[in-house]
Amino acid sequence: MVMPTARYIAHDKLMPWLLGLAEGRRVLAPVREGGKTLFLPLREDSRLDLRGLADDSAKAALLPRCEPLLEFHYAKTAGVPSRTTLEVREILPGQETFLFGVRPCDARGFTVFDRVYDAGTRRDIYYCSRRDKTLVAAIACADPAETCFCNRVGGDPGGSDGADLLFTPVEGGFTVEAVTERGGAFLREQALEEADGKAEEAREVREAVRRAMPEGPSLDGAPDEVLRLFDDGAFWESVAAKCLSCGVCSYLCPTCYCFNMTDESNGNDGVRVRTWDNCMSFQFTLEGSGHNPRNGKAQRMRNRIGHKFSYYPKLHDGNLACVGCGRCIANCPASMDVRAIVIQARSRVLDKEEYANE
Amino acid sequence: MASSLDELKTAIRKALPGLDVVIAWTAGPDALSHAPLFITEEADVARIEWDPRCSQNLAGYLPGLRGKKAGIVAKGCDVRSIVELLQEKLIDREDVVIFGLDCQGAVDARSARAALGSSRGVRDVAIDGASVCFSVNGEPRFFSPGEVLQSKCFGCAGADAGLCDHFAGERGLPPQFGNPPESTLERLEAMDMEERLRFWETQMSRCIRCYACRSACPLCVCQDHCAAQSREPHWVDQTDHPREKLMFQAIHALHTAGRCTECGECERACPMGLPVMTLKRALNRRIKDVFDYQAGIDPNQTPPLFEFREVETNIKEREW
Repeated sequence: MVMPTARYIAHDKLMPWLLGLAEGRRVLAPVREGGKTLFLPLREDSRLDLRGLADDSAKAALLPRCEPLLEFHYAKTAGVPSRTTLEVREILPGQETFLFGVRPCDARGFTVFDRVYDAGTRRDIYYCSRRDKTLVAAIACADPAETCFCNRVGGDPGGSDGADLLFTPVEGGFTVEAVTERGGAFLREQALEEADGKAEEAREVREAVRRAMPEGPSLDGAPDEVLRLFDDGAFWESVAAKCLSCGVCSYLCPTCYCFNMTDESNGNDGVRVRTWDNCMSFQFTLEGSGHNPRNGKAQRMRNRIGHKFSYYPKLHDGNLACVGCGRCIANCPASMDVRAIVIQARSRVLDKEEYANE
Repeated sequence: MASSLDELKTAIRKALPGLDVVIAWTAGPDALSHAPLFITEEADVARIEWDPRCSQNLAGYLPGLRGKKAGIVAKGCDVRSIVELLQEKLIDREDVVIFGLDCQGAVDARSARAALGSSRGVRDVAIDGASVCFSVNGEPRFFSPGEVLQSKCFGCAGADAGLCDHFAGERGLPPQFGNPPESTLERLEAMDMEERLRFWETQMSRCIRCYACRSACPLCVCQDHCAAQSREPHWVDQTDHPREKLMFQAIHALHTAGRCTECGECERACPMGLPVMTLKRALNRRIKDVFDYQAGIDPNQTPPLFEFREVETNIKEREW
């Protein structure tokens, strides 16, 4: 399929266009709510906020904080009151969604989920159903923050991985380019003007932001180093000393996808829900016996770093489970820095090698 | 505050040989908030920072270090948390060395980032009377305290230097900010019950259940065994309903009633900007009325809900 040419939308046309789209589907966009910028359904009175990275990631569009999987109902049989029957009703998400205004890091986060939840024969129907019905429109960054590091984990502030459409800020508005066939088909149906020369300006904007990114050594290529520190308790204890064991890092993370399942019952009726879980919590991998293989915060920190920079890349062609959005850094109540931990892990391994060679 | 910082470093250097660890602040990954620093070697002392970006209350680390000799650097409000921990016998006085500091206000990193537009290029922060000055790429940028400081700072009572083993700087007078911004508690008091419920439902719909409010609370002692995540018994419903999340805040507030020193960690830690300390302030006000008590002031006083008195001065149950 031939992709449609790039289009252009002026700032003052954006909101009316999005509200037009919202007539036939749910439009999720970064809007101001209670002093925060969050991905919420767009309404006429919404205050769209496209400055910088939103406060939460957009992952709830595909992995809701709490997803009802099925409903159940216990009923007594008419003849034998002691016997109960169980009725189970599956709940499948079905809403068409236009997810607008994610940054390239957030969109790339979806590719991390795809490898897990949409992996050949192991397809998670809840995730895949949402993914199929969601069109992702990313906006190229023009204003990277101090805590941004997509360029150090294989990403690109003007990238389009995981997105269907790419918007780029240019003078007076945005250019709109199709990334996937789905995005192309959608764009063709939209009454938007041709971008013409603005497409070249957009390319330059993306090029300029690549140069404006904070610099630092690459954080990929460390899976073996991190794995070799698996039994280095002293290292993980020193790294985790200031961690408070809350879930801010995991829950704001566009790539953390661990979940928990609970049955919530009320009398004879109930619902089975899948909720976000996080490996910083004591309850994570807590077994029924009371034993937890990750008993302390040091082991839990090892899991967080290991999963993102070692186990996941080893299973998925070297792709990290970190897209460098920096939300975990900017929002950690104890100012932890995932970048620094990976760098420390590397130099710890190097130190050990030198020691062994002496 | 360079001279206070030098004084502090000298005192820590001197005390370090007798201590297992000293907890202080150092430059963090974000230019608007300094990070905790666990000092075990003298070389680390040079990395200590002290300015309005030292927002985190470090007292919460102390119960986890029990049995070790620990030094801790503390602002006036942080000292109150330490005193409450002593009152509750969660730490031992002889094992803790308090390095008190004269504080003139602590930056709220998220508000400051919003006010500045970005944290890039921020080199220094200073509070001078009625304004807060950020040095950004060599240029001063001024804000009013209400825009960029933590809300707790406006009720600051200063530092009690007498409780500290060492004290750097002037003798801990509270900052003078002029008119404090309207507090959430004041706003709520102007509402009727229905409006208050709607206020909290709207607020709690943003909650992502990360429990940072609890994890950051220096007095939340259940931590790993919190009722919020207990499966057996299953106290709190896990569905994404504001009512359930508010239920957890009610549990938290009741568990800290008459214990909370209003250090503000719950609100500082909240990534969604929820005014969760308001509930604790409301309960503390009742505790003050009924027991004439404020948490974290006198290390030798027993908190009112920790003891049983046959006759309470302000509860007239025998006279009705």
